[in-house]
Amino acid sequence: MAAPLRFRLALVFSVFALLSLLARSSSQDLQIANAERRIDLTSHIIKVFLTLKVENTGASPASEILLAFPPTQVDHLAVVKAAATVGKRKKKTYQPLDVNPSEQPDSPNGTKYFSVSLLKPLGKGESVTLEVFYILTHSLEPFPVEISQSESQLVYYRDSAIILSPYAIKQQTTYIKTPGTKVESYTRVDPTIHAGKELKYGPYDEQPPYSYSPIVIHFENNNPFAVVEELVREVEISHWGSIQITEHYKLVHAGARHKGIFSRVEYQSRPSISGVSSFKHILARLPPRVHSVYYRDEIGNISSSHLRTDSRKSELEIEPRYPLFGGWKATFVIGYGVPLEDFLFESSDGRRYLNFTFGCPLVETVVDKLTVKVVLPEGSKEPSAVVPFPVDQHLETSYSYLDVVGRTVVVLEKKNVVPEHSIPFQVYYNFNPIFMLAEPFMLASVFFFFFMACVAYLHIDLSIRK
Amino acid sequence: MVGKMEAVNGVKSGSNSTASTFQSAFFKPDLSLKSLKLKTKQQELLIRVSILTLVYILAFITRLFSVLRYESMIHEFDPYFNYRTTVFLTEKGFYEFWNWFDSESWYPLGRIIGGTLYPGLMVTAALIYSIIRFLRFAVHIREVCVLTAPFFASNTTIVAYFFGKELWDSGAGLVAAALIAICPGYISRSVAGSYDNEGVAIFALLLTFYLFVKAVNTGSLAWALASAFGYFYMVSAWGGYVFIINLIPLYAMVLLITGRYSMRLYVAYNCMYILGMLLAMQIRFVGFQHVQSGEHMAAMGVFFLMQVSNFPYIHMHVFYFLDWVKHLLSDTKLFQAFLRITVTCAVGVGAIALGVGTASGYISPWTVMYGLTSMYFAGVMVRLILVATPAMCLISAIAVSATIKNLTQLVRTKSKVAHTGSTKGTTSGKASSKLCIKKPSLHFSCDQASLDQSLPFQRNGAIALLIGAFYLLCKYATHCTWVTSEAYSSPSIVLAARGAYGNRVIFDDYREAYFWLRQNTPPDAKVMSWWDYGYQITAMGNRTVIVDNNTWNNTHIATVGRAMSSYEDEAYEIMRSLDVDYVLVVFGGVTGYSSDDINK
Repeated sequence: MAAPLRFRLALVFSVFALLSLLARSSSQDLQIANAERRIDLTSHIIKVFLTLKVENTGASPASEILLAFPPTQVDHLAVVKAAATVGKRKKKTYQPLDVNPSEQPDSPNGTKYFSVSLLKPLGKGESVTLEVFYILTHSLEPFPVEISQSESQLVYYRDSAIILSPYAIKQQTTYIKTPGTKVESYTRVDPTIHAGKELKYGPYDEQPPYSYSPIVIHFENNNPFAVVEELVREVEISHWGSIQITEHYKLVHAGARHKGIFSRVEYQSRPSISGVSSFKHILARLPPRVHSVYYRDEIGNISSSHLRTDSRKSELEIEPRYPLFGGWKATFVIGYGVPLEDFLFESSDGRRYLNFTFGCPLVETVVDKLTVKVVLPEGSKEPSAVVPFPVDQHLETSYSYLDVVGRTVVVLEKKNVVPEHSIPFQVYYNFNPIFMLAEPFMLASVFFFFFMACVAYLHIDLSIRK
Repeated sequence: MVGKMEAVNGVKSGSNSTASTFQSAFFKPDLSLKSLKLKTKQQELLIRVSILTLVYILAFITRLFSVLRYESMIHEFDPYFNYRTTVFLTEKGFYEFWNWFDSESWYPLGRIIGGTLYPGLMVTAALIYSIIRFLRFAVHIREVCVLTAPFFASNTTIVAYFFGKELWDSGAGLVAAALIAICPGYISRSVAGSYDNEGVAIFALLLTFYLFVKAVNTGSLAWALASAFGYFYMVSAWGGYVFIINLIPLYAMVLLITGRYSMRLYVAYNCMYILGMLLAMQIRFVGFQHVQSGEHMAAMGVFFLMQVSNFPYIHMHVFYFLDWVKHLLSDTKLFQAFLRITVTCAVGVGAIALGVGTASGYISPWTVMYGLTSMYFAGVMVRLILVATPAMCLISAIAVSATIKNLTQLVRTKSKVAHTGSTKGTTSGKASSKLCIKKPSLHFSCDQASLDQSLPFQRNGAIALLIGAFYLLCKYATHCTWVTSEAYSSPSIVLAARGAYGNRVIFDDYREAYFWLRQNTPPDAKVMSWWDYGYQITAMGNRTVIVDNNTWNNTHIATVGRAMSSYEDEAYEIMRSLDVDYVLVVFGGVTGYSSDDINK
């Protein structure tokens, strides 16, 4: 029921889009000479590469270029990046540009915009080539919704054959890459070619602004739909030489739900056929020189994991207690320590800062809600976090071994995190090394008083009688 | 002693340094006693404390095989229930725990947890946990539960030392402590992860006995009171308290019969019995059983017997009352009549009470007999090994201590004669550490041990016997360590086997199933399985079970058993009637696991 409804909505949307186009005159006289879109559907994280050649045909120079997204996509948008291409062919370099959500006054049908700020305004008659990259999560809809152990997983992907844009596009092509050759069905918007693992829509010429042509692709995708519903990463800094990281995962297989029984015998004896849509292990990329790695859950250690380390990286292959089929969940904890000197530095103004990776170490996973907690040593002051993308921040206090005043915790929260978010962030704080001695001093004094009490007890006669 | 330390230390490299420090602390005074100018008493204390510390540590670390080999986890079946209740206690507090009606087990009947368990273990662990948390050690409750039994085993060694000291001398105490630290009978129930009542109860048992013996020896009300509290702790911890409440009267009885009865026994026994009984009745699971059930009748009988046999003493106190009555009646004959009537009445009331009790089913004469004879039959059971262990350890400690003491005395006398008392600290390097332990006691007894020097080869014989004893003790220590590591350190929930290439293969299927239930079934799902897995499903799977290891309702168990052994269509009907959502069946056919459900 949901599918036709969405389809109809998309249709209505496109009609409205066309209607509104007539009413709306392009405020800026920009147009796109050539657009090429490559949609990568091989995993459950959808990557879209968009190459736009933008021309300014108007009189006034333009400093911003708008990217339009239908509202259904905006919710699933994890990353939007843009870069301007400079130079030709072999000397081609990319200049990263700022991309920010932007509100436009009369946007048709709730279209959402992102504005790309150009480094220098685009003058009259000039053109610029933009490389736009964005990631969509949770955008593949399993159909059938429930499958049995031996069936493979089929999904729907919905988009538009024509790129949604506030500007007229002279010529455009869309390439869609599927994980396999098996495509059940796809919407034809001629010219459409299906060859091997690729679907080609276009080229389409002279599309007016806000053109939209909904398409549905129904194809096989047996890649692990590993979604971490919630991930809490605790990074605990000890100035005694180690950083301890504890990660609490709530992993779920977000693909088509498992139906009927699970036969372990069949699963083990015919691994190529049985359980193709399930996944057994996941790889976690940990920092190099990692030590004391553990992998456990609420009821104890999970023995099925392998750690491979070399000088540049560490790879932890974890295997949940049972293979994950659609809809099955597994919660677990990964913990490890890394040397302090690899991640803690002193800035020029005397403040210390932690330089650590933000995202989830599991490869090819989506994290719905990521919380990074940086536990600073006791006595740290004025913490501040520098994260290259917007996150929610607040402070907490936690107590650990022998704490008196508690440790300051910088909490960073972000929703919809993809592997592209695994980039470094910094937490700056002031710390006086004298605080390092507080806990050893406490322990030493406890032992001192204990032995003093023993000595006193042996030398003092407490009896009343003589 | 030190040799044993090292044997165990090989397992855990981290504690080697500790051991060596202790070792140096242990040998150093021997070499430089003169320079430190310690008094003999201080030397003895130092050596004694060092040995006790070593034994304390040994008792702890020898129980850690399972943690090192597997992981810090709860073992077996019952400990999972204890763990679950402890977690509940730490989360919800004592009153919630005490009033806990558990609807997650015995569906649809439920179970009143607070009234059907011995809370001693859980309260102890929760208390340790809260102390540790208060001191700001970020420890998980599971770690506390896993290490509770080894910790109490360590404490038991201290009690054993004092008990041995009370019974014989401090040498015997030290040997008793060392023996109880490594004795397999005790280790079997107190390895790390074996979070069961016995772990705490053996400590409480020995403590109660020690305090009672101390009370009898001193006649002090304070020790008797302490013993009553020890008994209370024992009652709160384990159903085996019945053993105490039968053994102590037996002991008192033997003293009575052998004519060693004294006022001290009277004070100790009465105080302990009355207070202990009142305290024990505070435990809901025991309650009025303590005065009604036949198992406790022996203690009550001895109590009354003691009052009667203590008549001369009582008479002193009652005398004035009687005198007053006599004065009131002012006639000897009348007084005698009064006395007779009173005694007859007392006996009659007693008889009637017994008759009524028997008739109404509160007390049956048979249960009295049963209570006494069960002691013997319990002895046939394996479980009594556990209860007998401390006793055996103490007795053998006395034997070992006395033997070695006498032998070393012989050796010392001779050597003293030979070297004219010049060698105090120059025991040869080969001499066993046993010798070192015994030295203080030997030092005192040297003077009186001027035995006849006429027997030839006496000294050589003594040395040979000493070496023999040392060899046996060493062998025993190695044996105990071996048994602990091989037989008693398996969690039984994770199975380990050797693969075809000698690699270790771990079968973690139980936890796989429990964790799947926990993660992927609705929170209110009801799981049916053989009752063996009930506790584990509720603790690890966090789901409602139909029957569990508590086995209090035979009908329910029989229904489940019938469903398990019927044909599918019949079983389905039974399961529908029990509102079952999931069935857990263990099948060992693939890996050759013999104790699966088909074998039940």
